[in-house]
Amino acid sequence: MTPTRSLITIDELGTDGIIRILDLADHMAEVNRRPNPKVPALRGRTVCSVFFEDSTRTRLSFETAAKRLSADTMTFAVSQSSLSKGESLRDTIETIAAMGVDAFVVRHRSSGAPLMIDAWTQASVINAGDGWHAHPTQGLLDAYTVRNSLGRSGGLEGLRMAIVGDVKHSRVARSTVAAMRLLGVHVTVVAPRTLLPPDVGDSFADAVTDRLDDVIGNIDVLYLLRMQQERMNEALVPSLREYTSRFGLTAERAAALSPQALIMHPGPMNRGVEIAVDPGELPGAVITKQVTNGIAVRMAVLFDLLGSGAATSSPDLITEGGSL
Amino acid sequence: MVVEKRVLGSDDVRRAITRMAHEVIERNRGLDGVVLVGIQQGGVWLAELLGAEIARIEHAVPVGAVDASLYRDDIGLRPVAPGSVSDLSFDVDDSTVVLVDDVLYTGRTVRAAMDAVGDYGRPRAVQLAVLVDRGHRELPIRPDFVGKNLPTSTEEDVEATVDGVIIS
Repeated sequence: MTPTRSLITIDELGTDGIIRILDLADHMAEVNRRPNPKVPALRGRTVCSVFFEDSTRTRLSFETAAKRLSADTMTFAVSQSSLSKGESLRDTIETIAAMGVDAFVVRHRSSGAPLMIDAWTQASVINAGDGWHAHPTQGLLDAYTVRNSLGRSGGLEGLRMAIVGDVKHSRVARSTVAAMRLLGVHVTVVAPRTLLPPDVGDSFADAVTDRLDDVIGNIDVLYLLRMQQERMNEALVPSLREYTSRFGLTAERAAALSPQALIMHPGPMNRGVEIAVDPGELPGAVITKQVTNGIAVRMAVLFDLLGSGAATSSPDLITEGGSL
Repeated sequence: MVVEKRVLGSDDVRRAITRMAHEVIERNRGLDGVVLVGIQQGGVWLAELLGAEIARIEHAVPVGAVDASLYRDDIGLRPVAPGSVSDLSFDVDDSTVVLVDDVLYTGRTVRAAMDAVGDYGRPRAVQLAVLVDRGHRELPIRPDFVGKNLPTSTEEDVEATVDGVIIS
């Protein structure tokens, strides 16, 4: 197997790669439960976050993950950088790389920017969200949260998930649907037609509907996407009230869910829009668990790219039974 | 061609574990504060059998497991094994931790495991029990309880299970 050096999309991991990361995340979650949640695994490695788009939770989650593995962290603040003096993105990346960076964590409003950066540098590149394209660590942390909350190991065969909302403009939807389906989950996209991606018919999901009430009683996971206010201005949905009445999680719909069903949201939530009940009162809500698990999953990704056997070892280096 | 040589049978392993259990109790003058911690993955079955034997002779002691893979100085040479997560559900502060592994070789795994245990607390003492000591240490580490001293060459592999010890 050729090791993956960067993480741009879920697809490049494949089913085995996803399961490898989720298994590693079990180790990392155990580290995070300790009173002293830090291990020396990535001592001497440097991780630089380069965020061209606002983010609090993803950036903090990656930086916490890197620190818990004892990596050194740098933050590239775009607004205070030479980019504002007209330096090109490529020159900026090459300059930072020349300081000795092992991994870039990149968020960019343009789809494809992390892939471009990957071509310019020898360092690993981790996509922390690019345009509408992909947000692979979100997909992985969602898959981990489902696996962990349901006490499963390996894949997620036999589960049914509905993902509801603005699928078209959502990199989270793309990566989470890809991860879930590679693990064997049957995914139904629930959205108004104006918010469906163009490729939804053929390969995107297992089923598509615009009637949430038809599927809500028959799913193990309800995944709500953030409804962005600016979509109103584009006239893609008539009003937020109508959106809530047709696609929001209301008290009636919460009652129609199976009692074991998980309720997930990538955050930040629009209370009263896609979620019109207090998630704190829903026993199946795992929204804060998603945030907590995000650290363990990002530790697993960093360790997989920078520290684990996958990067440099071949099986014949492992001596059976001898404590090497 | 790989030649396999069985140096201990399952009865030998069982007897060695019984003797090591007696030695743990004798050395610690009882079992006050003694906990067993198997090193993932090879030491876990041995820690469980040693714990069962100690429970039969005197009384039960806590048995846990520690994953040293995130503490290794040769990260990259050994992948992390799925399912081999640390499980230390007891307090190691002021306990006497007996680290347990199947085969003692360079000592690097034991060094990593000591660091890992140290992140959970400050044991009063750490001791080391191994089923097989095959030599070739690269660190100043010495076992307190040994099932079998087994001189080997670095070209050989040693496999220790409940069914016996095989050199190939």
